[in-house]
Amino acid sequence: MLEVVQLRCERDDRVLFSELSMKLSLGELLQIEGANGSGKTTLLRILAGLSGDFQGNIFWKEKKLSSMYADFRLSTFYFGHKPAVKAELTPVENIRWRASLRNESPSEDRIFSALEQVNLAGFEEVACGHLSAGQHRRVALADLSISVSPLWILDEPFTAIDVHGVAWLETVLAKHVKEGGMVIITSHQSLSDISGTVRKVKLDDFAGGFLEDEFDDEMDSGAFL
Amino acid sequence: MSVDVQQLEGRKAMMGLIRRDLKLAFRTPGQSLNPVVFYLMVASLFPLGIAPERETLSQLAGGIVWIGALLAVLLSLDSLFKGDNDDGSLDQLLLSPHPLPLLVLGKVIAHWLTTGVALIVMAPVLALMLHLPERAFPALMASLLLGTPLMSLAGGIGAALTVRVQRSGVLITLLSLPLYIPVLIFGTGAVQSAVDGMGYAGHLLWLGAFLVMGLCLAPIAIAAALRIVVDG
Repeated sequence: MLEVVQLRCERDDRVLFSELSMKLSLGELLQIEGANGSGKTTLLRILAGLSGDFQGNIFWKEKKLSSMYADFRLSTFYFGHKPAVKAELTPVENIRWRASLRNESPSEDRIFSALEQVNLAGFEEVACGHLSAGQHRRVALADLSISVSPLWILDEPFTAIDVHGVAWLETVLAKHVKEGGMVIITSHQSLSDISGTVRKVKLDDFAGGFLEDEFDDEMDSGAFL
Repeated sequence: MSVDVQQLEGRKAMMGLIRRDLKLAFRTPGQSLNPVVFYLMVASLFPLGIAPERETLSQLAGGIVWIGALLAVLLSLDSLFKGDNDDGSLDQLLLSPHPLPLLVLGKVIAHWLTTGVALIVMAPVLALMLHLPERAFPALMASLLLGTPLMSLAGGIGAALTVRVQRSGVLITLLSLPLYIPVLIFGTGAVQSAVDGMGYAGHLLWLGAFLVMGLCLAPIAIAAALRIVVDG
């Protein structure tokens, strides 16, 4: 479904990754690993179509992504560093507007049961400004569990989530993959519970170095490789 | 393209976005009251600074009300996309399958409903205070009715371009002011003609033409600006 061919990305005279090729098919989970600053978020933003600053090709359903944006966006759920939850609105209202942007209109019951699953029962009508950072992310995760998008692009979804939340999210991911969905995820956590379907891409294997000569010494010592 | 266009409910998403932004504005009233208070202050300082005489003020009233409205809109533009950028909502907006210009138009409409409409409502009060002749009131209201949405649309371009810039107030002003000048000229022109007892339909027609052009082109420009800025 999603195929990346010979992707190369430079930021500030540094090659974040080059000759990166990978393929994601239905029912697969791809975990992207890499040190801090290795370009995980950049890669996800490129894959989600938020950033066009790269060389190489991305294909969606065997066609160039740039000609398939409408279909691609209809099939994608993106979960970024910032949870996209409005502090002035209640969790229910937040899920409403997020879903309507994805062309979905979940029923009241569906939203309430999703909020209950992320331990936000009783907070449905409380403005999110009164909730904690972790609970903000839980609102976004409740939205994730509602979404019908087949492709999930998740950037560090486990951040600020407690132990029970992590376990719950792992089962949600496992269920999604089992039902034929696709997940691209960056996480420092090993996804042990999802057996057999996890593939890993180590971004450090594709890392380049600095483009300028004066950094040769550091490159030789392997600090940036 | 394999998407069935029929299944996309873009208008519903746009209405949802307008409703959301209106809710946000009502729950944090300070933000939308700021421009209105500013408007009131600007207009009430003029009689103190220039001259409280009826004749002088009534000549200047149209211009003062218009310039006040323009500055108040400029003041409010900063928050148009900033909030969405800060909490990550902007990414969700850009990744929506719906046409981005449509969603952006929804945001601009919500901005106009929370600032422009308030300014229009305030305008007759200020005009009374500044002794604007009664015959010029219809011209003032009509020109503001056409002009304020236009200022929201044109200012949206500047707001989109500076969404990632810290303290972007001056930059937005610099980017938007050239687009505001024709609006100001025709807006005050309409009021001045009415004060002088002449016809002002021509000015309003020009404003109307600008508004149609803005409605068609500004959302596209704003959408493109957002994509470029967020790309970086």
